[in-house]
Parts: sequence; structure tokens; C-alpha cells
Amino acid sequence: MEAIIHFGGTILGLLKDVLPIAVILLGFQILILKRPIHNPARVFVGLLFVLFGLALFLEGLELALFPLGRLMAQQLTSPSFVVGEGVETIVAFAWSDYFWVYVFAAAIGFATTVAEPALIAVALKANQVSGGTITVNGLRFAVAVGVAAGVALGTFRIVTGTPLHWYIISGYVIVIIQTTVAPKAIIPLAYDSGGVTTSTVTVPLVAALGLGLAETIPGRSPLIDGFGLIAFASLFPMITVMAYAQISEWRTRRVRKSNSKPEEE
Amino acid sequence: MKALILQFLRSLVRSFQDLLPIVLVIAFFQLVVLKQAVPQLGQMLAGGLMVLIGLSLFVQGLQMALFPLGENMAYSFVKKGNLWLLLLFAFTLGFGTTVAEPALIAIADEAATIAANGGMIEDAEQARSSYATGLRLVVALAVGFALLVGVIRILKGWPVQYLIIGGYIGVVIMTGFAPQEIIGIAYDSGGVTTSTVTVPLVAALGIGLASSIQGRDPLIDGFGLIAFASLTPMIFVMAYGMFF
Repeated sequence: MEAIIHFGGTILGLLKDVLPIAVILLGFQILILKRPIHNPARVFVGLLFVLFGLALFLEGLELALFPLGRLMAQQLTSPSFVVGEGVETIVAFAWSDYFWVYVFAAAIGFATTVAEPALIAVALKANQVSGGTITVNGLRFAVAVGVAAGVALGTFRIVTGTPLHWYIISGYVIVIIQTTVAPKAIIPLAYDSGGVTTSTVTVPLVAALGLGLAETIPGRSPLIDGFGLIAFASLFPMITVMAYAQISEWRTRRVRKSNSKPEEE
Repeated sequence: MKALILQFLRSLVRSFQDLLPIVLVIAFFQLVVLKQAVPQLGQMLAGGLMVLIGLSLFVQGLQMALFPLGENMAYSFVKKGNLWLLLLFAFTLGFGTTVAEPALIAIADEAATIAANGGMIEDAEQARSSYATGLRLVVALAVGFALLVGVIRILKGWPVQYLIIGGYIGVVIMTGFAPQEIIGIAYDSGGVTTSTVTVPLVAALGIGLASSIQGRDPLIDGFGLIAFASLTPMIFVMAYGMFF
């Protein structure tokens, strides 16, 4: 019974999210464009699917994955796991003591990005528009590798306490350099993939990890260090998506070269 | 009906593959690294099943409703040929979807508390709530502005990188001047503006526009709106922090 009420609350919350969109779309479609919606029944059912699907998805995550993920983030960063049994507060530590935290950060960053619904939507569109040259899973893999690298580096930064802006600024320098050499067609998509990674699935787990770290390591503030991870998670996908395009361009060029060689002889 | 069910089953299998990595990662760390049993296995399974069905429904609904809606609107606007209406629509869509975004409301309240503790504003209920509302409006304005500029860019065919890189240079410069407390909030607000429902719609709108205007490539010109929408809030929020 309680679960049903909770689920109703989630739906209501999402309805608030979807209602303005629906009003704007319908308002413009009917009042300004003066055109009926094509196949309204199908669109209506589709919107219901989106609404219920997202509600089920979030509810399920809250029920199963998030509590366990948060608990694990806490346990992995707790002094007794990092330094040794029975240790209550961390006084001295080496950055390598946090080995499992980095691995967990990378793994959870990768896994949650693969399941991110907004990224699936963008990947579907990119695949359709590129005529199949950008594969759905290829793009998602590239973005997921970027988030994994970003979150792992972000936890390393929290542990070592180095300033955030040096990482972010050097990241943007890399992005600018890559922009000048990467295939032109990938650039807008690469920039977009930075924005889509930070939505429903990734943020709660990654934020829990950052918070756990910032709370247990002396001299770190949850306020300043906790949020930095999200910035990492939206910067690195740009780099990896452009790298993905560069690598696939390089490979097709090599294949073409080896194919054309016999003809030249 | 039968085709629909078949399609749903197929997307169920695909969703299962999408979620498998999370399950594997959590199981590995729980059993191998932390060496603990999985608690409340029944609840975990039920939750997992809900996530699975939910994701499949969502992807199905995307293709039935959100994608065609966004694209059809783009075609209709191009056909109608009224630029101002299109720009109005872009701005309204950005503003309207952001101002009510639950994640943004949460962040704005938090920001108001931080600002009150930092002594930037008076620590009173009314000052806090007006600060939070102001912040929400600023972010929503920023996203509306982003879609507006993004649509103009698609129409003109400007390369996205100059605008985005220029914007990020602006962010870096402003970071040097903005009050320390607002920087974190500003960076964060860039990420929360693009919700799971808005992203597919905005992507479809951009691609619909780019593919119905001659001389525009959907891949090169159609993407980029989301990047704008995550960039402008950082600039706007830092400006808000500098002037208020």
C-alpha cells in the first residue's frame, strides 16, 4: 500500500515535469500553427509510455540500486575499509590507499551511463541521422568511457585535494585542440554528449561517492568537493566522443589504404 | 497490437542488456571487494524488474511520441516560414521546461541557504525564498536564451564550436570574478537543466529543423542545442551572483 502511494507521488512529480512541455507543445500546435496533431492516439499512448516508463524506472532505482549503491560508496570510503579494521578517523594516508574507490568510481560511472535514458535517446537519433555510421552502442560506449575516466579522476582529485579548476581548464584545452583536428561531423554531437550524461541515473550514485569521500578525508569540504565530480562527468565524454570519431576515421582510412594498394601495383 | 507487443519484448531484451553492467558492478563490489551478502534480495529483484520495464516503456514512448512531436513541430514552423514564431517557440520551450524542473528547485533552495550562511543575503525566510526564485528564473531565462541562439545558429549554419568555445572562455573568465560561493552552484546548474524528457524533444527539434532547411546537414547542424542549454546557465548564474 505504501509502495503504491509512493509510486503515485513519483508519477505526480513527473506529471509536473511533463505538463509544461505538453502545454507548450499543444498551445503552439493548435493556436499558432493551427494544425492538428498527426495520429493523436499514438502520440497520447506514447506520452503515457514515457510518463509511466520513467516513473517505474526511477521508482525501481530508488527501491533497488540507489540504496545499495549509496551504502557501497559509504563503505568503500569509510576509514575502516581504507586504512584498516577498527580505525575510526583517517589521519595519514597515501592516495593509493583508495585504489578500490577509483575502480568503483570508474565502474559505476561506466555502468550508469550505459543505462542513462537521455543518452539512449540521443544515440538513437545520431544513428538515424548519420545513416548508421555512428552506431547506437558505439556512441554510448564512448560516452560511458568518458564518464568512467572523468569520475575516477574526480575521486582522485578529492583524495589528493588538488584544485578543481586546473583539471577543468586543462580538460577544456584538450577539447579545443581536439575540435580543430576531429572530423567536423562529430563535433556538435560530442558537445551534446557532455550535457546528457548528468541526468537521472548517474548523478545520485556519483554524488554519494563524492560526498562519502569529502566527509571522511580530513580537510575536504562536502560542499566544495562533492559537486566537482559532476563537472568531470560532463567534461570527459566530449573528449572521448571526439576520440572515438578520430579513431574510427583513422581506421577507415587505413582500411581504404590497404584496399587501394594492390590496385596501384 | 501483436507487432507492438513483439516490439516491446525486443526492447525489453535490449533494456536488460543496458542494465546488466550496473548489476554486475554492484554484485562484484558487494561480493568480492566488500565481501558482504546482498541485503533484501526480494526487494532488489522487484526494483530491478521495475527498472527494466520502465526503461523499455520509456524508449518505446520516445519513438511513438516525443521524437515525432519534436520533428513535426520543426517541419510545421519551417513550412509556415515565420521566424519570430519559431524563436518564440524555442524560447518558451526552454524557459517553460526549466522553470518547473524539480532538480532546479532543489538546487535553488540549497543555493539560497548557502548564500544566507555566507552573509551574501539576509538570513531570513523571505530573503532566501526571493533569492531562490530569482535564481530559478535566471536559469530558466538562460535555457530559453540557449535554445533561441541555438535555433538561430541552425538557421544560419554557424559552426557550433566557435559559439561553445567562446562561451566556455567566458565561463573561465567569469569564474575569476564571480563570488566564490556561487561558482559551485553555477557549474551544477548547467547539468540539471537538461532533463530526461526535455533532451529527446530538443534533439528531435534541432534535427527536424536542420533536415527541413536546405543546405543544412542534420548531423552537423541538428545537434548542439543541448550543449548550449548546459553552457548558458553557468554564465547567467555567475552574472546573477556578481550583480545581486
